[in-house]
Order: sequence, then structure tokens, then C-alpha cells
Amino acid sequence: MLEALIQGILLGGYYAVLAAGLSLMFGVVRFINLAHGDMAVLGAMIALWFVQGVGLSVSLAIAVTLPAMAALGWLMQRLIFERALRGGFLIPILTTIGLGAALQNGMFGLFGSETKSLGAHIGGLSWASWELPGGIFLGQLPVYMFLTAIVVLGTLHLVLTRTAFGRAVRATATDADAAALCGIDARRVHRGAAAIAVALAGLAGIFLALRAQVTPFAGPMLLIFAFEAVVIGGIGSLRGTLLGGIALGVAQALGGLISPQFSILAGHVVFLTVLGWRMSQVAAADRGGWRSAYAALILKHKTAGGKR
Amino acid sequence: MTTGKIALLLVDAVGRHGQLQAVKSLSLSIAENEVVALIGANGAGKTTLMRMLAGLHPLAEGRLALFGNDVTALPAHDRVKAGIVLSPEGRRLFGDMTVRENLMIAAENGRRGDWTVATACDAFPQIVPLLDRPAGGLSGGQRQAVAIARALVANPSVLLLDEVSLGLSPAAVDGVYQSLAALRGRMTMVVVEQDLTRAMSFAERLICMAEGVLELDGNPAVLTREEITNAYFGIHKTTGASHA
Repeated sequence: MLEALIQGILLGGYYAVLAAGLSLMFGVVRFINLAHGDMAVLGAMIALWFVQGVGLSVSLAIAVTLPAMAALGWLMQRLIFERALRGGFLIPILTTIGLGAALQNGMFGLFGSETKSLGAHIGGLSWASWELPGGIFLGQLPVYMFLTAIVVLGTLHLVLTRTAFGRAVRATATDADAAALCGIDARRVHRGAAAIAVALAGLAGIFLALRAQVTPFAGPMLLIFAFEAVVIGGIGSLRGTLLGGIALGVAQALGGLISPQFSILAGHVVFLTVLGWRMSQVAAADRGGWRSAYAALILKHKTAGGKR
Repeated sequence: MTTGKIALLLVDAVGRHGQLQAVKSLSLSIAENEVVALIGANGAGKTTLMRMLAGLHPLAEGRLALFGNDVTALPAHDRVKAGIVLSPEGRRLFGDMTVRENLMIAAENGRRGDWTVATACDAFPQIVPLLDRPAGGLSGGQRQAVAIARALVANPSVLLLDEVSLGLSPAAVDGVYQSLAALRGRMTMVVVEQDLTRAMSFAERLICMAEGVLELDGNPAVLTREEITNAYFGIHKTTGASHA
């Protein structure tokens, strides 16, 4: 039980990194990137190619892949997302669904359909563990990944709160017109945010490839996990995203105790519960308190039943 | 007071909201360091004109020059770097950021010049104790002071202020105009003001808009109240009081 809890928390770091990029894109650029999960897989595939095809060490491959992903994010914002955003609310959704399909099939064509993993290239680290008092085994890799996630998200938090670029990002997210009146070029901010978001997705994909396997078609599932972590934690807050990722990880780990099939379902249940709670909060705010909101809900059902 | 150089030159500018022409083929020339008050009824096109000058609203036709350079095609953030800065209606502070951050944003992204966060604090001493407070929690007068300071730290050569005294207490309005008076001769100012007395005492040139056109343009010391009132309501001598 305690071991599952710890594993869930450590897994949460991975989900938080996966979700942070999605949240950043939505919060700053107001753009929902449905190819976010596929970008994560692409990051993993590129790192794998650097290791298996080029022969770089894993750490060097990661050091090369992340800037490449950031550049890709910048380019996609510049060439695709900016245009899609001008087309109203439906075009970005269609564009990124198409981009996701193109990425999945492109990776299938380039790298094949077999599952791949970086686990074989990091030697003993994949299974090395520390034994804690009480007979609990703590995997070293999950701990390192969790610490990396904390450092990455913490750095991002500092960048957003302490630097000129971060202030420009927050100003643009709050009020793009007012930001423009302060001399901020929203397009540059959006491109920077997209670069960070895609680099974060790539890092999450590499985490996945380190601790498990990736296939070219794993993206949509990752997207769902990212959305779940964002919704649980709340949009626009990195701390919330981290907590959301941890909540999702813990739910999956505890669900896995009941039965292996229940693991992912438990995550979905937590997500739906939080979503329902958030929606009822909104409904309550609209109707002046949750009592009247639920009263209205029940009364409506009663009248509907009476008519039948 | 003015140097004779033309700061802003607007030629045949048209501003549209869909089918509606909010600004109808308007031409206007404003000299360097001139202080202009823009008045007019609600819906006269004042805010649209200000947004067109700042680059937030596109010119459907016509052109705009700043000190002789065509800036018609420049987006808002590039106009800030060229020297046109608008403090918009509703102040539009970044509410979840501190006052200091609000000022830093404009200082970091605007033009370089004499105005810094420190000099703006000297000019508006009332914002010094507020620097580390979130801008969302300020009173109306404080918000307006911060909004003007934020516009100043971008080092404008042309400062546009929309609805300066809207929603402020009379005491707060006094404070804002005292601060603005200190800026005379240092930059060109265009101020949208609903309070006619205030506009006439502050500005050296009064422009009145009605239904998207300039109805009146003159020296407030020379213009009569009746002339201004007629222009304000779009009443023409020839058509008489047919609508009123």
C-alpha cells in the first residue's frame, strides 16, 4: 500500500511534465494541441534514434533531443498553429488531430510499429533500487525522474515569475491587447511558449521510453493522461499541474493494487470525479450557491418526470 | 509650448466595426508636445480612434504617420517601440501581477529613455507603497495612476489616454490631472475626457467627435460653451434643432 503510494507519487512527476506543456499552450496561446501526446512519442523516438541509430549515449541523446523538440515547437507555432488560430475555434482542433495522425503514421513509417524502449541502454539503472526501512523498495530511476520533473517544473516556475520573458508570457496570457500596448509581441511570446511546451512533451516521452516502452500509436493515450492531470490540477498553475499529475499517478498506482486492469480506470474515475466537482462549482456559482444549484437540478428532473 | 513639428498625422482614416463606420474618413494633425482633449458623446468613435492610433484597431482606409514616418502597417507592439503608447479604457492592468511587475513589463518591452520604474515612482509617489501589491486589488484612482505610470515607462513621444477620469472620485481626478500637468512639454498628449470643464481647463486644443467625424477643433480658450455643446450633440447650424 505505502509502496504503491510512493510509486504513484513518483509517477506523478512524469504526468506533470507531460501535462505542463499542454497547460502552457492552453493557458498562454489559448491553443489546444491534440497532437501533444504524439509530440511526446516523437521526442522518445528521436532520442531512441540518436541512441540506436547514431550511437550517442542516453544522456547525450536527451541533451540533443530537447533543443530539437523546442525548435520543432517554435516552427510549428510559426508555420501551423498561428494560421490555425486565425481560423476560429474549430480549425486548431482539426489541424492538430490531422497533425497527430500524420505524426503517428510518419513515425510508423520511419521507425516501424514494434515497441521500443530506452531501458535497455541505461544498464542497471532500470532495475536498481534502494531498500527503505520497512522492506519498501524504491526504484532509483523513478526517483531520478521525479527529481528531474521537480527541477524542470521549478525552473519553469522561476522563469515565468522572475524573468522578463516570463512576465511577458503571463501578461499575454492575461490580456493580449494590454500586453501589446506595453510593447510585447504576442507572436514571439507564443512561439517561445510553444517551444517550451513541445520540449516538455519530448521530455515526458523520453521519461516514458526510459521507464517503459513506446509505440508510434501511444500518443492519444498520453494526451488523455495529460488532459486528466491538467483538469485535476487546474489550468494555468504549475503547482496545480504537479499536484494533478501526482493525483493521477497515485490513483493509477492504488488502482493497480486492486487489479492491473483497474489501474488506468482508477485514474479516469478520479479525473471524472474532479471534473464533475468543478462543473458543479461552476453551476453553483452561476445559480448563487450549491444548494440552489442542486435544488434546480432536482426540481427540473421532477417536472420532467411529472410531464411523462 | 509646441515645437511646430508634426507628431501625429492621420489622413482620411476609416475605422470599421463590421458594417459600421465608427470613424469616417478622419484627418487630423497634432503637433509635437501639443496637449489635445478629445471629447464626444458615447458612440462618437473616440475609443475606436484611440485604438486606431495605438494600432489595436486596423485602419480600413487612410494612413497614419508619426513624426513623418508611416506607421499605418505597424502592429500595436511595434507602435509602442515607435513611441505611441495608449493607456486604454478600463486601465487593463494585469490584475494577478504586482504593480511593480506591471511597470516592469512596459519598461522591458517599451522604448528606452528617461522614464524608468524609479522615475515613474518619483512622478507618482502614491504608487510607491503599492508596488508589491497585486494590481487587481487597487482602487480606481490607484489603478489609473498605475496605468499612466505603466504607459510612461514605455517612454512614449505620443501618450494616448482613454477615459482619464471615468469611474474616479473627484479627488482622484484632481490627483491624476496634477500628475499629467507635470508632463506638459515633455510629450504629445491626447486625452479622452468626458468632463468638459476639465477638458477645457487642461488642454490647449479641444477636438469634438460626433458620429465618427470631427465636429469641432479649436482652442478651448476661444471656443464658446454653445459651440462645444452643439458639436457634442452633432447639431449643425444649417439643420438647426430639427432633431433636438
